Amino acid sequence: MSARNRELFALIPVALLVVAGFTAVFIVQSDEIGDLSLIYGGYFVALCVAAHILLRIRLPDADPYIFPLVATLAAIGLIVIYRIDAELAVRQASLFLGGLVLFGATIVFLRDYHALERYRYLIAVGSIILLFSPFLLRNQVNGAYLQVNLGPLSFQPSEFAKIGIVVFLASYLAENREMLSVAARKFLGVTIPPLKHFGPLIVVWGAAMLMLFVVRDLGSSLMFFGAFLAVLYVATSRLSYVIAGFGLFLAGAAFLARRTPHVQDRVDIWLDPFGKNGPEGAGQIQQSLFAQADGGLFGTGLGESLLRFPGPFFPDSCKEGFPFCGSILPEPHTDFIYAVIVSELGLFGGAAVILIYALLVARGFKTALMVPDAFSKLLAVGLTTVLAFQAFVIIGGVTKVIPLTGVTLPFVSFGGTSVVANMILVALLLLVSNEARRPKPDRQPGDDLGALSP
Amino acid sequence: MNAPIVRLYLLVLVLFATLIYFSSKWAVFDAEELKDKTENRRALIAEQQIPRGTISTSDGVLLAESLPEGEGNKPVFVRRYPVDDPNTFGNPVGYSYVEVGRTGIELSENDLLSGEQNEFASIVDQLRDIPPEGADVTLTLDAAAQRLAVQQLSAAAAPGVGGSVVALDPETGAVKVMASIPGFDPNVIQNSETFSELSTDPAAPLVNRPTQSVYTPGSTMKVVTATAALDSGKFDTDTTLNADSGKQISGQPLANSGGTNFGTIDMTTALTNSVNTYWAQVGVELGTGTMVDYMKRFGMYADPKLNYPDGQMIASGVRNQAGDLVESDFDVGRVAIGQGGEEGQAAMTPLQMAEVAAAVANGGDLMKPNLLQSAQDPDGRTIDELDPDRASGVMSDETAQQVTEMMVNVTEEGTAAGLSVGGVSFAGKTGTAEIDVAAGINRPWFIGFAPADDPQVAVAAMIEQCQGCTGGEVAGPIATSVMQSLLEG
Repeated sequence: MSARNRELFALIPVALLVVAGFTAVFIVQSDEIGDLSLIYGGYFVALCVAAHILLRIRLPDADPYIFPLVATLAAIGLIVIYRIDAELAVRQASLFLGGLVLFGATIVFLRDYHALERYRYLIAVGSIILLFSPFLLRNQVNGAYLQVNLGPLSFQPSEFAKIGIVVFLASYLAENREMLSVAARKFLGVTIPPLKHFGPLIVVWGAAMLMLFVVRDLGSSLMFFGAFLAVLYVATSRLSYVIAGFGLFLAGAAFLARRTPHVQDRVDIWLDPFGKNGPEGAGQIQQSLFAQADGGLFGTGLGESLLRFPGPFFPDSCKEGFPFCGSILPEPHTDFIYAVIVSELGLFGGAAVILIYALLVARGFKTALMVPDAFSKLLAVGLTTVLAFQAFVIIGGVTKVIPLTGVTLPFVSFGGTSVVANMILVALLLLVSNEARRPKPDRQPGDDLGALSP
Repeated sequence: MNAPIVRLYLLVLVLFATLIYFSSKWAVFDAEELKDKTENRRALIAEQQIPRGTISTSDGVLLAESLPEGEGNKPVFVRRYPVDDPNTFGNPVGYSYVEVGRTGIELSENDLLSGEQNEFASIVDQLRDIPPEGADVTLTLDAAAQRLAVQQLSAAAAPGVGGSVVALDPETGAVKVMASIPGFDPNVIQNSETFSELSTDPAAPLVNRPTQSVYTPGSTMKVVTATAALDSGKFDTDTTLNADSGKQISGQPLANSGGTNFGTIDMTTALTNSVNTYWAQVGVELGTGTMVDYMKRFGMYADPKLNYPDGQMIASGVRNQAGDLVESDFDVGRVAIGQGGEEGQAAMTPLQMAEVAAAVANGGDLMKPNLLQSAQDPDGRTIDELDPDRASGVMSDETAQQVTEMMVNVTEEGTAAGLSVGGVSFAGKTGTAEIDVAAGINRPWFIGFAPADDPQVAVAAMIEQCQGCTGGEVAGPIATSVMQSLLEG
């Protein structure tokens, strides 16, 4: 069976999942939501098929599982958002359409993604400006600078910046990795490469640290830093860089935590969410754990868990309306959507979501293993890692593995920026994958894969 | 570059496995602990979506119901206490609100009212997709008698002064009246201002006095002393003692009421006229051991065996100045007349004194007091019913007979001679505990049962304090009218 036919078959369970999920929610809440909303389930499936047809035409050799896995995550997200609020699901389906448009545009207009290498410094500078734009615009939400408001729209520039930074890192390291691998001097067992080659990396590292201090968000910093170290590690095979880099990051984070009350609070809450004199805001993680405790192995069932404050308990002060306020579990549609999944679909539901990410990451890394050139390899590693770390940072925050921070669960959470940016990320991954898997009957002897392996 | 990629994937898998481990910790392994956290109000909020059962009295007055509030397919049910005089039933019914929690019968019968009494039925209902619903509870309380008791208490007590009436069916232990003044309206208690006002009110309207407050019982205690004296075989009703006023008891002279010198009298005469010096001598003769033994038989030195919240019940007995129960080294002569000294004072709940009367009325067998008549599930099946249960054998049938005869004498020619219960013969004992001798402030008590030959109701009535009053004048009429109401009802 061809790759595209496998992809089409893999979309069948996605369609069944959407139908079953929407039906289940509709049955439970039939007197609250109109049956028109059911159409959006079908609309979602149609969009997936349209994307599949585009892939069939433009990227016939791309990995057949990446898109269905992404569609599965998006379907789970859409079902849970539908359960939270039917109107929100309609908006999410539209955002998904927007994401697919950019997904398609990326595939159509960026036929040769190697062109990105030429613009790497431009991309790097643009990404860093994007990252700092909320700070420059003084837009602080919950103590962190993560959002930019443009009129009625608000978007999280870090979602786009992460792609740009990965592209820059992949391109730069692909060119300079050998120089970085060569030992010039050793200091305390750490190989110090020539400053000339290391310089731009220090700039990136510095930017990430600066971001930690300026943007004040541990989670997104961890995500950037993790991807940075992962790409550096794959490029140089030097674990000492990773250890040194991570050590510096931890030192920076500890220093920041002590100096910034909002970060210190997050850490304190993480260490002891039920502390008697704990800082305010511990309620979020408490409610997250309580919601998960209600889930058990199989969950309460879609639409059956306690989410909205019922009847007279709904706060009068809630003007934006549920789920933006008046939810027992705060932000159930964005940051805490994983807690809703565990609450309603149980441990098995939560584990299934994590497993889908693990499979998606496996396909991303497989692409990296298969693709011959260093830039493509590092690009695939970087894109996959940033996705994996983003999922880890938010699920880890919600399950109290690490301090809670505000990043979205890729493809699942409600939110325009997240959906659109991650669809572009997947488009890039599929572009790399198409090259990796393209049959090459006329390969030259000099193109040997082994030459690129360290 | 491929080896680092594989290692990187292993790292990601380890990170994801950590996520699954923590998810299972919260969702499964630590779930019960999380559900029990005080910060976790999810169960409480979810419970508001279950229509809680009603509470009614045995004579069919609806005391509590749940009304839907809010729109949507998941309304919230909010508790209403629909009687015209909610203050009359605020104690002992209590309240049930998310904001302020639960007390009283709302708390002690919560499993029935919230439909949690039957695990199996609720699982079957879940499979049939029937939302859980609470059972309707019928109390043993008689609304008419309860209302009468509260009216009479309120009329007799000065504003802000507390009082109690407890009436029991001596044969079954059914609590027919449990009145406490001042009362409160549970309908408005979820307002935090009202709640803090009521909780800090010096008159303590939230306290269910019949089970939650202990008082010096005065001469009603002599029924306990008489029981101990006769049943232990150390005395009989003909035993004579010199009962002049001013007898030395524990090295201090003890006066009779009005300083009367009764000369040498027998036990019947001593109870009829409530002669302090006679009973104090009996107490000294019996000693603390026998007195404490009989107090325990009556149920003292332990929380009442009532289906009521533990936090709202207190044990009767002899308590020292620190409020601790003591079993020896107290002035037993003065405890025997319902007072005491610095080392220990008789401290009784109104429920306990009603149980004393009930034990005598029921031939010496004390029945477990019970507030629950029956409970019906939403399909109308009776799922719980009052099943009379003996709490203890306090005294022999013969002793009970002798004490009854002496108590009848009290109502016929003694300190309660002016009282009547619709013309039937009844047994009683007055009590007038001295609170402030100089100011003439007393605490009037009355315990008794009726009819004397076939007791249907046993009662204790008391008012915390009044100026220059006696048990026969103030508490007696309340007790007798409540008994009459129950006999006629």
